[in-house]
Amino acid sequence: MKHYDVIVVGGGHAGAEAADAAARIGASVALVTMRMDRIGVMSCNPAIGGLGKGHLVREVDALDGLMARAGDRAGIQYRLLNRRKGPAVQGPRIQADRALYRAAVQEMLSGREGLAIIEGEVTGFTLEGRRIQGVVVNGDIRISGRSVVLTAGTFLNGVMHVGPKSAAGGRVGDQASNQLADLLREIAPGRGRLKTGTPPRLDGKTINWDVLERQDGDVDPVMLSFLNKVPQVGQISCGITHTNDLTHQIVRENLGQSAMYGGFIEGIGPRYCPSIEDKIVRFSDKDSHQVFLEPEGLDDSTVYPNGISTSLPADVQERYVRSIKGLENVQILQPGYAIEYDYFDPCGLTRGLAVREIEGLFFAGQINGTTGYEEAAAQGLLAGINAARHARDQGEFVLQRTDSYIGVMIDDLVTRGVTEPYRMFTSRAEYRLSLRVDNADQRLTPMGIELGCVGAARQAAFDAKMQDLTAARAMLGKDRFSPNELSAAGIAANRDGIRRSALEVLAFPGVELEQVVRLVPEAEAVATEIMEQLQRESLYSSYEDRQKHQLEAVRRDENWAIPTDFDFGAIAGLSNELRQKLERVRPETLSQASRIEGMTPAAIALIHLKLKAASVGRPHEASA
Amino acid sequence: MDTIYALATARGKAGVAVVRISGPQARDALLPMVGSFGPPRVAALRVLKDGAEVLDQALVLVFEADRSFTGEEVVELHLHGSQAIVQAVLERLSRLAGFRLAQPGEFTRRALENGRLDLAQVEGLADLIEAETEMQRRQAMRVFSGALGGKAENWRRKLIRSAALIEAMLDFADEDVPVDVRPEVIGLLDGVLADLREERDGYAAAERIRDGFEVAIIGAPNAGKSTLLNRLAGRQAALTSEYAGTTRDVIEVRMDLRGIPITMLDTAGLREASDPVEAMGVERAIARARHADLRVFLLGGDEDSLPLTPVPGDIAIQGKADLAKVGGLAVSGVTGEGVDELINLIGDALESKTASAATIIRVRHREIVAHAIGALEFAREVVLSGEQGEEIAADALRSAIGLMDDLVGRVGVEDLLGEIFASFCIGK
Repeated sequence: MKHYDVIVVGGGHAGAEAADAAARIGASVALVTMRMDRIGVMSCNPAIGGLGKGHLVREVDALDGLMARAGDRAGIQYRLLNRRKGPAVQGPRIQADRALYRAAVQEMLSGREGLAIIEGEVTGFTLEGRRIQGVVVNGDIRISGRSVVLTAGTFLNGVMHVGPKSAAGGRVGDQASNQLADLLREIAPGRGRLKTGTPPRLDGKTINWDVLERQDGDVDPVMLSFLNKVPQVGQISCGITHTNDLTHQIVRENLGQSAMYGGFIEGIGPRYCPSIEDKIVRFSDKDSHQVFLEPEGLDDSTVYPNGISTSLPADVQERYVRSIKGLENVQILQPGYAIEYDYFDPCGLTRGLAVREIEGLFFAGQINGTTGYEEAAAQGLLAGINAARHARDQGEFVLQRTDSYIGVMIDDLVTRGVTEPYRMFTSRAEYRLSLRVDNADQRLTPMGIELGCVGAARQAAFDAKMQDLTAARAMLGKDRFSPNELSAAGIAANRDGIRRSALEVLAFPGVELEQVVRLVPEAEAVATEIMEQLQRESLYSSYEDRQKHQLEAVRRDENWAIPTDFDFGAIAGLSNELRQKLERVRPETLSQASRIEGMTPAAIALIHLKLKAASVGRPHEASA
Repeated sequence: MDTIYALATARGKAGVAVVRISGPQARDALLPMVGSFGPPRVAALRVLKDGAEVLDQALVLVFEADRSFTGEEVVELHLHGSQAIVQAVLERLSRLAGFRLAQPGEFTRRALENGRLDLAQVEGLADLIEAETEMQRRQAMRVFSGALGGKAENWRRKLIRSAALIEAMLDFADEDVPVDVRPEVIGLLDGVLADLREERDGYAAAERIRDGFEVAIIGAPNAGKSTLLNRLAGRQAALTSEYAGTTRDVIEVRMDLRGIPITMLDTAGLREASDPVEAMGVERAIARARHADLRVFLLGGDEDSLPLTPVPGDIAIQGKADLAKVGGLAVSGVTGEGVDELINLIGDALESKTASAATIIRVRHREIVAHAIGALEFAREVVLSGEQGEEIAADALRSAIGLMDDLVGRVGVEDLLGEIFASFCIGK
């Protein structure tokens, strides 16, 4: 029987990151997938990044993950969202060529030392008591492993719906994974159903592009990865069109045939990604909705009409799509569908994404109730790191809300659970001003280096950048200038007699880098990207200071570890409702406990007192 | 969890004494003592027994957990107010398994922990129990009945709406969201700011109602101040307590005047001092009188020698009306002439000051309100200044929402997203 340190089940965005991260750390890894050629497939829209999601991509990149680098090899249109807003809320986004993306991921994985890819369906686990020993492939092949990462996507009990018709499947053209689903139902608590939807895919050759508004990429594109500077393939533009009264009328008249509205689906869909049916019912006062026509690749005429996902019958889909401007003669290549799948209550996970009930088992991606490639990749990365650490008897690596969007996401999941597919937004991050896409490397790469998941090339690039930043920071912070001196350099400043450093001046609205160079001539030699990074830091430094004492309070609470066997029932004065929630979530620290829905300050004080009294709360270290 | 019990009424001989029991065992453990319970929240007459021995005949009330003050099962025993009976019953309760005497404030703490009261209500309750005058009672009652929680909830809702509007611009920049949300945001912020400023400005009055107004009686030596004070304290107004802090420079008398809590200051020593120690005392007395909420000048002596002069709103009347008859209002501490009129004058002057009293009653509240005003003024300025800096305004709003929660509870980002999703069509 073959033995591996880590077995990763599933080759989607979570599985690919998990396998690669575990192998980067040095674990021997097997990635088991039903079809090798489907590794790295983008099942939904052909885009990566965006607001909040772009943050996750950059954080995955900072830990040397795959997504940003593979994305840059497939990026056929780059847009920095919120470009005119503050850097804390900007997010890089690309349109990706599906084939190029898939090829890039497959190439990166196949070149990874210590990583074996095995084709087959995982039909069971081997367990010894509550401890995982490996997996069973195709019913009879046993593979032994110390850690198993399950990234089943929408494949667990997957059911696809087109109108009143439904069929089992994990994705169009792929079978569902029902044996595994049945087994999991036995061993893991908190199973639920979620759903998501896709729009019909269109043949771009039958779209009348001439009458449509175009959306081009940015003139000075911003890459997904810190390691890249310019696009690697040809660039395209997208089309924009709108639904109209006729579209809405067709949808409204056929609502009864929609899988979602006809009552054929039990799963809960996301509020932020509503189907066209949802949009028309819930926002009946709007007479038009935007539709983005996104090409799926350079050599592929398929177009993804973003904004009109649906589970109406195929003939109704054709009628409403053809009611839209520019799509009058369009051919549907594949009808849209809704898919329902199993997920498990993420409150049953540790902050390292380990399943509490079964030692050595990790969950990542949609199985935890999330949606989106980026959310899946970020979890896969963290689960892969922790699976490798578990295989070597090392402690969990945990990211905090205060240091990353990944930390925010995982804390949200394991503390609050999900009621709809979870998607990242920048508004979920309370420390948004300091958790930016531009400093993801500064925040996380040092941790990655310590973990051993960052390769030599990135480490060298990172060290060089840090040296440049430190030197430039010192150079610009050294001298202080009077308002008169600033005016002489062409910089408008209050005549308040206060002397300011060039670093502070960088935060002035509208200040140009050339003006700062007039103040500090030797800054001429500093690279523009370094100057721009200092400018972004400077912009928020005063607000970050304000958040500091708040942050310290959180970190103090974070240091109060709650032991895994802590008896919440023994705390006098806790309501039954809160006690049940605490037992479901089993918070690992006082800070996490305080974020449980409905938690009261009084209850936190009680837990705190109990921890103090028992002296069981030892300072908790993120064991990196 | 322990079941707690305590005497809820004051100690000592009385007509009735109430023992309150709260906790999971309240009902079951008492059953052998009372024999049987009546329907919930209906008084039942029962003989309380300790084994065969009769302890008392009592009215017994039982409250279900979801209808009780503490949010737990509660039993009340209305006993005859004899110290011996109370002692015997408490002793019997102490022998029940899982029972213990409640710590001070523990019933209220359980009510807070079980979500039956919010923090502000608890603070209102504390003031309510301390209330000595009608005006204090009304103010504390307002907070206890949830007025501050209600206001905070209203501000919080408006702030979440403003934050949601801004966040929608940030997180859904490429979606169909309203183009310019600034007018609505500014409108919401202005509304909350106006309310908060009113609270801030009315805090001083609320604090006065809580701690008492200071009224200084000022006059030349022998103008009749002390006699008048004694008359006020003794006859027309109820003397509530005498401050231990009364010094030889300032005599303080606490009283209830038409429901308004007042501390009368008799600045006995306002005169040219002959030695340095006395001079310091006089200085202190002058400062106290100057900072008092109201000054009553008693005329008729050598006014020119007074170190203070009336400011608008102060009262000036002729003293010693029994001796020297002059025009205008005159008062005599000896005969009581004009005292009712003086009480009305003081009452009217102070009542006008209480009209603006805030709902906030604690320093804690005032600090929260002050911080929130600061954060919102900043956010407003940033929003007005243009498109840039929305994330910074959002950050300030987030801290203001957190402050509203500090008044009573907590916030989650789900509230924010819930508002966004209920209002806009998100998802292209």
